[in-house]
Amino acid sequence: MPVSSARWPPWPRADLLTWLRDGLVAARRGLAVALLSQLGAVPLLVLSVVSLGLLPLGVGFITLPIALFAVRGLADLHRRFLGSWCGVAIPSPYRPREGDEFELLDVPSSVRYCRLLLTDRSTWRDLLWLLVDVPVGLLLGLLPCWLMIYGIHGVVATPLFWPLMDPGYGYGLIWPVDSTTAALLSFFQGTGILLLGFWSAERLLRAHSRITRRLLSPTAEAYLSRRVAELTETRSAAVDAQAAELRRIERDLHDGAQARLVAIGLKLGLASQMFRKDPDTAYRLLADARAASAQALAELRDLVRGIHPPVLAERGLDGAVRALALDLPIPVQVDIDLPGRPEPPVESAGYFAVAEVLANVAKHSAAGSAWIRLGYADGRLRLVVGDDGGGGAKVREGGGLDGLRRRLAPFDGTLDLHSPVGGPTTVTMELPCVL
Amino acid sequence: MRVVIAEDLALLREGITQLLTLNDFEVVAAVDDGPSLLTALLEHRPDVAVVDVRLPPTFTDEGLHAVTRARRELPDLPVLVLSQHVEHLYARELLTDHRGGIGYLLKDRVFEVSEFVDAVRRVAAGGTAMDTSVISQLLQRNSTKDSMRSLTTREREVLALMAEGRSNAAVARELCITEKSVSKHTNNIFGKLGLAQSGDDNRRVLAVLAHLNF
Repeated sequence: MPVSSARWPPWPRADLLTWLRDGLVAARRGLAVALLSQLGAVPLLVLSVVSLGLLPLGVGFITLPIALFAVRGLADLHRRFLGSWCGVAIPSPYRPREGDEFELLDVPSSVRYCRLLLTDRSTWRDLLWLLVDVPVGLLLGLLPCWLMIYGIHGVVATPLFWPLMDPGYGYGLIWPVDSTTAALLSFFQGTGILLLGFWSAERLLRAHSRITRRLLSPTAEAYLSRRVAELTETRSAAVDAQAAELRRIERDLHDGAQARLVAIGLKLGLASQMFRKDPDTAYRLLADARAASAQALAELRDLVRGIHPPVLAERGLDGAVRALALDLPIPVQVDIDLPGRPEPPVESAGYFAVAEVLANVAKHSAAGSAWIRLGYADGRLRLVVGDDGGGGAKVREGGGLDGLRRRLAPFDGTLDLHSPVGGPTTVTMELPCVL
Repeated sequence: MRVVIAEDLALLREGITQLLTLNDFEVVAAVDDGPSLLTALLEHRPDVAVVDVRLPPTFTDEGLHAVTRARRELPDLPVLVLSQHVEHLYARELLTDHRGGIGYLLKDRVFEVSEFVDAVRRVAAGGTAMDTSVISQLLQRNSTKDSMRSLTTREREVLALMAEGRSNAAVARELCITEKSVSKHTNNIFGKLGLAQSGDDNRRVLAVLAHLNF
């Protein structure tokens, strides 16, 4: 009777391979961070401390800002790597630099910056981190690699080459290794140590990232002051934008519909005066008045569309975005999955954001088709617009996408652009809201 | 011809009532919100209805909803939808049932009284009346198609008017040409677009709109 192989669970080969690969990747990353720490941290720590010591002599004022900015760079690098590897975003705690740029070898600017840096608590936390990271980072980073190498040594070298080793040679817990039994035991020890290396790699990397996060995350105070700065900036931008928008509407009404209504009234007045004397002229004036009223309506329609599109009021984001897609000269695939309607301001911001990105697609991308995806997850409205055009789009200061990002900022909204040369381009916008 | 009007702005409601009455329509009901529109349509079963898209109580597309529901009960109820703005999206929804008897026009079109009355009559007779702006946008979208490029300027003009739902006679009047040359142009257009000719005006319109991926 053939043995049914299905009864035996298949050897989880794929799982094991993944596990081994993950271990190797984590070990490599740990090693990279450790080397980064040693190569960067030690000199920077020395330079910072020396600069602090040299402050009374004046030289420190020149070197300290350089050292501390380099420390910030190194710290940001750690924040980025450890944050992205371990899935815990570590925000940067530094106060935004106010206005003027730092100039090297310019004494007043250096003194100003030294004061700024030394009164920033995150500077001192950075230095503390350096102090801790030099030994701890080295230990945590090198340990998995060392375990793996030592494990391989036990698995391969000891059982094969023990007779060639120096007298007194030992491995693991066995000193000395002087018999085949001892060599065989070393093999098992080595296997254990090797596996321990793989097992520990990711855990140690996580531990390292936790320590880094503890020391490098902004304090509550730093976080709040950053947030206040952010809110102040976006609030003033929002107020400016609103004022500009009202001015635009006023101007459009004044120069457009209002002027046309005056003209219509004038023509109607003339027509009634001419009515008996010169019916032909009166008829022509009436036709003119009719044409002017159609023009005024068209202008008002455009204006209303720019303020709050009727289709958005009538159908919400879903219908309004579909209507936008239909207006585009290329085929657009629309995929919308929203559990409800966002608050009107968010809805409107989302609509105009999609409208602007689509206008960009039509204008610049030379795309043959595009797609829109609207979804909601984790308290965020997600709007993605993609096209199969030439790509290579950039967020330029003062450009359309930059302006769009600014307009989303008061809602704590974000915009990410992914546009490699050759395409495709995707713009992902997220707006926090409650549905 | 019996007509039901739905428009929430009193001034406009009276204006349209007056306009239609002067042109030999009998206005059997003039209502100002969605629910009473539905009731009026089902009760009076008019020859045609003239309906504003946005109506109370929700001030959303209440008018469209009432029309859709009424046409579920009375499939051949002809409806002319009026709006301050036209949306390709709504036009497409109105035409999905391919039954004809549908119009969708900007409110401005009432300025051209005779053309407007013409459109109401056409819809009442089971025809189509699509707003010029919807059609021109549609043609714009399709302008890169090979079949569209092969048309002459005059043929494109004829196609646009035809897509709005006008008869050969109306097209001839609009372009100041004879009806005979209009039918020559339509023959050419149908040939170039690869569409089967049809004597039925409404089916002709729908074929053209389908070709344009309406």
